Amino acid sequence: MSTLLEVRNLTKIYGEPGEHTLERTGPRAGTNICPDTEAIVACANVSFDLYPGEVLGIVGESGSGKSTVVKLLYFDMERTLGSAWLKPYLDGHSDILDASGQQKRYIRNYLMGMVYQNPRDGLNFRFTSGGNIAEKLIMAGHMHVGKIRERASFLLDRTEVPVRRMDDLPSSFSGGMQQRVQIAKAIANNPPLLFLDEVTTGLDVSVQARVLDLIRELQQELGIAMIVVSHDLSVIRMLTDRTLVMKHGRIVESGLTDQILQDPQHAYTQLLVSSLL
Amino acid sequence: MIENKKYSRRYNFAFIDESTKKEIRRKLLKAVAIPGYQVPYSSPEMPISRGWGTGGLHVTLAIIGREDVFKIIDQGSDASVNACNLREFVESMTGCKTTYDTREATIIQTRHRITEEVLEDHQIFVFQVPQPEPLRGVERYEYKTRLMHGEADYAKMWVSLYESFVQHGDIMLGAGYPVKVNGRYIMAPSPIPRWDVPNLNHARTLYLFGAGREKRLYAVPPHTTVEPLEFEDVLFKIEKFGLPCAKTGYRKAFLDELFLDDGSKEYVINDSNFMDKMELGMDVQQFVNPYLQKIVE
Amino acid sequence: MNIVEVQQLSKAFELHILGGKLIHALQEINFSISEGEVIGLTGKSGSGKSSLMKCVYRTYLPSSGAIRYASRSGVIDLASAPDHAVIALRRSEIRYCSQFLSVIPRVSALDVVCQFIGRSDDARAQASLLLERLGLPTELWDAYPVTFSGGEQQRINVARAIIARPRLLLIDEPTASLDASTKDTVIDLIRELRRGGTSVLCISHDTYTLNRLADRCLHLEGGRLVENIAYEQLVDSES
Repeated sequence: MSTLLEVRNLTKIYGEPGEHTLERTGPRAGTNICPDTEAIVACANVSFDLYPGEVLGIVGESGSGKSTVVKLLYFDMERTLGSAWLKPYLDGHSDILDASGQQKRYIRNYLMGMVYQNPRDGLNFRFTSGGNIAEKLIMAGHMHVGKIRERASFLLDRTEVPVRRMDDLPSSFSGGMQQRVQIAKAIANNPPLLFLDEVTTGLDVSVQARVLDLIRELQQELGIAMIVVSHDLSVIRMLTDRTLVMKHGRIVESGLTDQILQDPQHAYTQLLVSSLL
Repeated sequence: MIENKKYSRRYNFAFIDESTKKEIRRKLLKAVAIPGYQVPYSSPEMPISRGWGTGGLHVTLAIIGREDVFKIIDQGSDASVNACNLREFVESMTGCKTTYDTREATIIQTRHRITEEVLEDHQIFVFQVPQPEPLRGVERYEYKTRLMHGEADYAKMWVSLYESFVQHGDIMLGAGYPVKVNGRYIMAPSPIPRWDVPNLNHARTLYLFGAGREKRLYAVPPHTTVEPLEFEDVLFKIEKFGLPCAKTGYRKAFLDELFLDDGSKEYVINDSNFMDKMELGMDVQQFVNPYLQKIVE
Repeated sequence: MNIVEVQQLSKAFELHILGGKLIHALQEINFSISEGEVIGLTGKSGSGKSSLMKCVYRTYLPSSGAIRYASRSGVIDLASAPDHAVIALRRSEIRYCSQFLSVIPRVSALDVVCQFIGRSDDARAQASLLLERLGLPTELWDAYPVTFSGGEQQRINVARAIIARPRLLLIDEPTASLDASTKDTVIDLIRELRRGGTSVLCISHDTYTLNRLADRCLHLEGGRLVENIAYEQLVDSES
C-alpha cells in the first residue's frame, strides 16, 4: 500500500435512514435531508486516497459535508458507514474506524494532528501554551520536563510564536497566535497526517497570509500529508495539490487543484470557481 | 426474669444494618480486586454530617467484628475532639475494645495521616477521604474523569504537574499527592502529607479508603506497587524539616509546628502514640522506605 | 529520444453555465519534443497556445488523445495519469512558468523564487545569484512582489521556474515585459538549462527570442497545428 490514507464509502447520517434516503439526497436532489424520514445525510459515499506528503483540499459550501469527513477521520464523530485505512497503523490492514478507544487515542496522538477553526477546540485554555504542547508530548510517552520544554520552545519558535510566551495562557494571545500554537501542538509528534479545518477563517487577512505561509513551509520541511478543509478557494489554491469538491454531502469533482480552478468539469465546480471574488 | 439481650439493644451491631454491611463489603472486595479503582457505593446515612468522616466510618463499621481492637487518629492525634467522638460512637455501637496503641489495634481509622509505626498484615488501615477523584482538579465533569480512568488517559494530570513545575519551580502539592497504583490507576491517597506517601508502597497491611460524601470506596491491597507521579527529571520529594523533635530529639518523623503561649514555635512529632512511645524510650518499629533512609540521624 | 509525444490531443470546454455549450480549444494536435530541444509555440491570441501548454501540465484535462512523457521512471500518459503521479512529476521534473506571477501573499521575492525548493540557506543563495543575474535590484529581494512592475514580477517568475533545473520546462511568454538586456539574460539562462539536458516548450510572439532559442516552431491557428514552419517564414508572416 503506497497510499498513506485510503477512505472508502465514508457516510454519516443523523436520524433514521430509509430505503431511498441516499438516492433522494445529494447534489442532484439538492438537499441533505431525506424527504421520507427527515434523516440528515451529512456526507455519503466519500472515497479518496491520500499519498504521503500530499496536500488534499476539500472545498464546499455549508452543508457540503467537508468538515464532517475530517471529524469522522479524527474520531470526533462516529461513522454510519465506511472504512478508512492508515498505512502507519497496522500497515494499513485494519480499519481505523473500527479501532478500540485506546487504539484510536494512540492513532490520534502518534499518527494524526488536528487544527480546528476555533482555537478553543484544539487548545486547553487552562494550560499555558507550552503546557498544551507538553500534553501532546506526554501522551506520546515523553516524561522528561527538560526535554519537553526544549521541544515545545523549538516548535513555538518554528511557528513564530515568541518563546518567552511559552508559559503564558493562550487567552492572552491574539487569534493568529492561538492558531499558531495549535499548529505547533498538532505537529509536536511529527505525525504523518495533519488535518486543517478552516484554520484561517475568521482571521485578519494579514494574519491569514502568515499562517498559510507557515503551513506551506512546514509541509515542505516535514513532508507531512495534509487534508485542508476550506470554503475559501483561495486558501485551497494556496495550499493544496489536489482538491475534492463537495456538495450536499457528496464529492462532485476531484482533481489537481489548478485543474479544478482553471478547468472545472462539473457544473457546480464551474459555478463555485466563477464566484471567486 | 431472664433478660433477652438480643432485642434489648436499640441498634444493630455496628449501627449499620446487615444488608447494607453486605453491600459495603462486596464493594470493598471489588475495590481490593482492582487496586486504585473507585467503586461507587451506597454511603448510607449516619448520625454524623457528611464531611466529618462518614466514609471511613462506613468501612470500619462494615468490617469490624467483636474481637477487633479499634484505634482512630485525626491528623496523627488520638485525642482530638473528632477522634474521640468517633471512637465513642464505635465503642458504643460495637462494644469493641479501643486503644491508643498502634501495635495493639487491628482496625485503625485515620484522617489524613499514616502512622509512623509500621503496620502489620493482621491490621487494616482505613482512610477518611474528602475527594476521591485525583483528576477533579483538572477535569470538572464526572463522565469525563471516568472515561479518563477507563482509558488510562492521564495526560491532563501530568500536564498540571508540569504547569505547576513551570510556574513555581516545583510540584506544589503538599498533601494528597497523586499516586499510580499497580501501574494502572491514578489514585488520590486522601490528603496525607508527602511524608506518608512512600509508606503505601508494598506495605504489609491492607489500606481501605472511604469517601462518604462522594460515595466512593477504593483500596490498596498489601504488596502493591504505589508510585508517586514524577517526571524523569523532576522527582518526588518528601518534606525536609531540618530540625529534630523538640521533646525527643528524633529526626526521622513528621513534625508538627506548635505555637507556644509566649509566641515561640516548637516542632514536635505529629503522631501522638509514636511520640508517647519515643518519650518512654520504647523500642518502636517504623516504616522503612528509601526516602526515609536518606535522612541522616 | 522523445521526451514528450503528443498524440491526437483535443480539448473542448463544456460550459454548464451556458447549458453545456462546447468551446473547442484544441483539435487533434500531434507533435513531439526531443530531449534537450527547445520548441517555440506561436500563434495569434486565442489560437490555443496556452491551452496546449496547460494540457501538457495537466492544468487542463484533455478531452481526448495522449501526452506521453518519458519520465525518469518510465513513459507515462499525462492525459490519463492518476493525480498523485502528476503531482510527483510536477514536484521533481516538470515546471510551468505562466505569463504572470501568481503572487503568494506576504512572501518576499527571494522566498517566492525558493517556493519549490525550500528556504534553506543554500537555496536562498542560489536564488540571490539568479535574481542578481536577472538584474532585480537587491533592495527588492526582501520586499513583497505584489507591488512590483510587470517586468520585475516576470523576472521572479522565470527565476522560480528555472532554479530547480527541471527536466521539462513549459514557459509562457518569458520575455514579454522585459527590456533588451534582461531578455538576453533570460535567453542565456534557458540556453544553459538546455545544455544541462532540459527540454523546453516556449510560447512567445517575440521573434527575437524565438530566433535565439527555438530549434523548431509550432504554429497554432484556431486550435490546430499548422505544419512546422521555420522562423524565417514566421518573421515574414508577422511583419
